[in-house]
Amino acid sequence: MKEKRIQVVVNGKTYELMVPPWRTLLEVIREDLKLTGAKEGCGQGECGACTVMMGGRTVNSCLVLAVEADGQEITTIEGLSEGNKIHPIQDAFVEQAGMQCGFCTPGMIMSAKELLDRNPDPSEQEIREGIAGNVCRCTGYTKIVESIGAAAKAMKGGE
Amino acid sequence: MTTFYRRLPKFDYVKPKGVEEAIRLLEDSDGGKIKVFAGGTDIIPKLKQRLIKAPEVLLDLKGISELEYLDYKEGAGLRIGALATISRVTEAPFVREGFPMLFQAAGSIASRQIQNRGTIAGNICNAVPSADSAPALLCLGAKVICLSRGGERKIEIGHFFSGPNETVLGSGEMVKEIQVPPMPEGGKGVYLKLSPRSRMDLAVVGVGAMVIEEDGVFKDVKIGLGAVAPTPMRAKKAEEALIGAKAGEEAIENAAALAAEESKPIDDHRASAAYRRMMVEVLVKRAIHQCLSR
Repeated sequence: MKEKRIQVVVNGKTYELMVPPWRTLLEVIREDLKLTGAKEGCGQGECGACTVMMGGRTVNSCLVLAVEADGQEITTIEGLSEGNKIHPIQDAFVEQAGMQCGFCTPGMIMSAKELLDRNPDPSEQEIREGIAGNVCRCTGYTKIVESIGAAAKAMKGGE
Repeated sequence: MTTFYRRLPKFDYVKPKGVEEAIRLLEDSDGGKIKVFAGGTDIIPKLKQRLIKAPEVLLDLKGISELEYLDYKEGAGLRIGALATISRVTEAPFVREGFPMLFQAAGSIASRQIQNRGTIAGNICNAVPSADSAPALLCLGAKVICLSRGGERKIEIGHFFSGPNETVLGSGEMVKEIQVPPMPEGGKGVYLKLSPRSRMDLAVVGVGAMVIEEDGVFKDVKIGLGAVAPTPMRAKKAEEALIGAKAGEEAIENAAALAAEESKPIDDHRASAAYRRMMVEVLVKRAIHQCLSR
């Protein structure tokens, strides 16, 4: 059971890593790359706190083996901002108070990003479905849904 | 309660590039030492929970690009390759338009994150009685193409499941493709899922129905039930009672009662057997009504 060599691009930066097959992508992102934005909540794909984008689609990084990510392009919450400028979705979460404890927020924002990439003008129902795989135990979701709605508006140039 | 470990047990990993190589590895593994996976959304949680013994090797199918297809040909129907993800199936216009019940069933599986990773083939190979795609595939008369060193064999989806979490796949065998014949002329289909939460939940009861009505008479009916028997099942007595009957309330009520009778649900933490049985009756009725009004 030897370690495997993988190459991943995380937030635009290429990494060559040696990983044992049983380590998850989340473990590698957090422990080796020290990108601690993605969180481990349930560890079984129920809560979505570990959500990152792989190949432009959201995945539960706790269910992806690091070896499966070989050759893939990954975006974590840390990769959304441009320099000091945070992403419009992040901005909307700040403005609309879309977070309380913040544990679910990185995953929530990645799901929101995928949703808005696919559907720039989602209805409330579509927003709720888009974040169905992300659990939040604080907000009751209302503020999160409003934040994503506001982000959609801002991203269409509504500022 | 199952014990939950955050870390995975140790195993080796192989990622063959072609089907022949995968079959050879499987055949040489002498049963149980190698486990095949595609999206991993079922096997990784099971391994973390120590629900299954860790295999020596996990065989990742995702290196086999020839299994990634999702094809539709008029007259021939749908071919879902072993690596076609659930999102890919729900996003395909020809699935949404040509096979609305499969679109509904696939779209009701877990979350976007899981749909992006999991496959329809994996959903049936995992073989939980509540697998959402199963009632739809049963109604649509899907066939599972399996590969082994001996060659290909074609298994009717109705004969594919052999028990909870069990299929008829041999240890050296893997699924290559699911074939779905085109919806029959005039056929209407629907999948209804009952679960406490509207998303990210398993079906307490899942009902698929496919109905052809002609001149006020049921010409053909197929009913698939999920989560109410050791395997997904067809409600054949209910189907027989409907075919040839007048498409009206009386026949529908009678058939729904028959479907409830032939289901074999269990009591568990999600629902009691009695509740499930009642809901089979309600949902079969509702599904057939929805087919008739489409």
